[in-house]
Amino acid sequence: MTSLASSFIGIKSPNPFWLASAPPTDKEYNVRRAFEAGWGGVVWKTLGAEGPPVVNVNGPRYGVIHGADRRVLGINNIELITDRPLQVNLDEIKAVKRDYPDRAIVISLMVPCDEESWKAILHRIEDTGADGVELNFGCPHGMAERGMGSAVGQVPEYIEMVTRWVKTHSRMPCIVKLTPNVGDIRKPAEAAKRGGADAVSLINTVNSITSVDLDRFAPEPTIDGKGTHGGYCGPAVKPIALNMVAEIARNPATRGLPISGIGGVTTWRDAAEFMALGAGNVQVCTAAMTYGFKVVQEMITGLRQYLGEKEMALPDLIGRAVPNVTDWQYLNLDYFTKAQIDQDLCIHCGRCYAACEDTSHQAIAMSPGRIFTVKDEECVACNLCVDVCPVENCITMRELAPGEVDPRTGAVAGGFRDWTQHPNNPMAQAAE
Amino acid sequence: MTNTTLTPGVVPGRLPPEAYAANFADVAPPLDAHEAKVAADRCYFCYDAPCITACPTSIDIPLFIRQIQSGTPDAAGMTIFHSNIFGGMCARVCPVENLCEGACVRLEAEGEPVEIGALQRYATDDIIASGIHPFRRGPATGLRIAVVGAGPAGLSCAHRLAAKGHDVVVFDAHAKPGGLNEYGIASYKAVDGFAAAEVEWLLGIGGIELRQGQALGRDVTLEALRGEFDAVFLGMGLAGVNQLGFDAPHVRDAVDFIAELRQTPDLSTLPVGRDVVVIGGGMTAVDAAVQAKGLGAQSVTIAYRRGPERMGASRHEQDHAATSGVRIVTNAAPKAVGADGAVEFTWTRDLPDSVMMNTGETTRIAADQVLVAIGQRLGAMPEGLEIEGGRIAVRGAGRTSVPNVWAGGDCATGGDELTVTAVAQGRDAAEDIHELLTGDAPVDAPRVVMAVGAAG
Repeated sequence: MTSLASSFIGIKSPNPFWLASAPPTDKEYNVRRAFEAGWGGVVWKTLGAEGPPVVNVNGPRYGVIHGADRRVLGINNIELITDRPLQVNLDEIKAVKRDYPDRAIVISLMVPCDEESWKAILHRIEDTGADGVELNFGCPHGMAERGMGSAVGQVPEYIEMVTRWVKTHSRMPCIVKLTPNVGDIRKPAEAAKRGGADAVSLINTVNSITSVDLDRFAPEPTIDGKGTHGGYCGPAVKPIALNMVAEIARNPATRGLPISGIGGVTTWRDAAEFMALGAGNVQVCTAAMTYGFKVVQEMITGLRQYLGEKEMALPDLIGRAVPNVTDWQYLNLDYFTKAQIDQDLCIHCGRCYAACEDTSHQAIAMSPGRIFTVKDEECVACNLCVDVCPVENCITMRELAPGEVDPRTGAVAGGFRDWTQHPNNPMAQAAE
Repeated sequence: MTNTTLTPGVVPGRLPPEAYAANFADVAPPLDAHEAKVAADRCYFCYDAPCITACPTSIDIPLFIRQIQSGTPDAAGMTIFHSNIFGGMCARVCPVENLCEGACVRLEAEGEPVEIGALQRYATDDIIASGIHPFRRGPATGLRIAVVGAGPAGLSCAHRLAAKGHDVVVFDAHAKPGGLNEYGIASYKAVDGFAAAEVEWLLGIGGIELRQGQALGRDVTLEALRGEFDAVFLGMGLAGVNQLGFDAPHVRDAVDFIAELRQTPDLSTLPVGRDVVVIGGGMTAVDAAVQAKGLGAQSVTIAYRRGPERMGASRHEQDHAATSGVRIVTNAAPKAVGADGAVEFTWTRDLPDSVMMNTGETTRIAADQVLVAIGQRLGAMPEGLEIEGGRIAVRGAGRTSVPNVWAGGDCATGGDELTVTAVAQGRDAAEDIHELLTGDAPVDAPRVVMAVGAAG
């Protein structure tokens, strides 16, 4: 049977599925249940400096975006770091690690941006037996107003500085968790690497307002008539996270820097996609918060089956798609596809027609009997019909064979010409 | 009360009192808000949706379902009422599996259509229950129109005419308005006096005067109506019933049986046979049979002279009868009644080209009550009205051979004994009447002001 055993920056876990630093990992009770359910590791919810714990709101702390049938697509939160005493957390971490030595426990940290504070907290966690630390430079709400979280993560110089402090005062493996609320995710990753980080993890949550109460005219979640921006997560943010992971993976300055992928991982497939784009493991939160810890069992069986079918070892999956992530300008403009509709699978809803006729290229014909067919001479292969069709694989994209003429443009398929070589590009280089 | 299901003869009170409430409870209870949301989420919002095409009143079904989805069920209800003022009753009685739901693409996708009928009821119930009529009349035109029949066709026509500012007088032969909605359908399809409540709500638009107990040909004449009114719409349905070739004291029209049941407040007082045989294969046969069973008949048999695929009752209705404990016997043509009341049948065989062959073999089914549901026919019609195939001949939107006289619903050609078809024909005739009398071309939606949030 394919092994899912994972080693991420030297931290061993029976599988690459970790719970992210978040409410599910805030205390011993939850983490024990998570390990019993099969999670490979956890990043313990962020610890703060010694002293009175932070205080959370006592009203709703989550907002949500639903899809059909109230399926959770995205959750945002305004919860802060752990609001339990530091020593309680440390004692619990030690107890859990003692009982689950094969599982990974990484401690998330967030303390004020001065060397003494970091030195102090690193000293406090030394004898918990934890496998590493994750620096929370990501949370965009609450703590950021106090100069922590994403307030650090948005300034590469701070990232580098704090990371260096951590590496100076601790021998533990160090993961730097990045905020997506920046213009160019490569910059903070480069800073983390310069500071000596062993890995980066991303994404933390996206700054967001999920909805507005149209009776009280206040953002949700609403606390006594007011709301604030929170951190958005769940399946809705996965595309953002995948891109950021890929950007770091293919950036020459950070190539090879281990990445822990986070952002909407809900099934084994999501996890495999993150890993193909360069993540060495994944961290999960929203899927567990939506469905409970048991979801990891589907992730385990699914990834195992996939790797088995591909006859691929887990390490071989990591980064396998990275070479195929490129810039738009290098995409082949002499590659042609056409939508085609499988009439046996078609249920005649006409959504492809509405989408194409109203908003795209008028490339689908509707005939009596609600028969929908593609007009190759109009189809630009935009894929919108594929996207809106409710039946999987009913509409697919057919590649034009080499030598086949695209009836829309008259161009011949099968060559290779990207934008850098295209005659319409004033900057084009003549093909050699 | 000592009668039981085994008591011979036609007697009341066969069941304990609480059994009647259970047997005649809402056959398809309304969706709650959660169920409606889940059901609405399944709609694909099809382009040029097949469900709209399949609806005789062309309700914009994807739009109203999307309005439910987005939390505005009253707007959904108004979308329905704009096309079909009887949207509430149609949600209950339409054979949706043959209409909108039968056309739903999800039927093809996974064998289960979107629950359009149930969603329509969800969208319309609150508006009707509010008692507030959501349409307002247009400016008075001074035109007066007579409508004969206060059933779905007549009241649909009357409502649309009233909305356009005309004054309408409805002449109806029965004691109460509503037609088949009030007298002709199984009570478990429209419980708690819904038919009467719906009519009262519909009349809330104003400008419609009801004259009950007024039968055409008996109390009023077409000639007189034509003289007094600017136009006449005939929507009196089919007053006559087809008869068997034999008669006996325990043989009765199913239509009468259902009407009496609908008007009986305490069903334990209503007599029913121990062994009931219903002859026929349509919706009326099923409604009569299931209700006879509900009244405590020991055995109820629907006997239809042709094969099951030719039955007028939909598959869903047939299944409902079967699961209610009614036996359906097909290819059994009634021949005679024996001295003991049993009905004698000849077995038949369906041959190609709609030919039916008697096999010569016979059977007997015990009966102390026989309900006949073999179709209805047009009552006596005034001179001068062209009749075609047993119905008033109409062209276009219900124009008869007599000037300024329209017809629609079951009494007219094109009638198919469906409430929803009658509603569409009444509505379309109203538009045609309006256009002819005023010269205004009809517009898609009635020119009325929508009182949004009527159910608020």
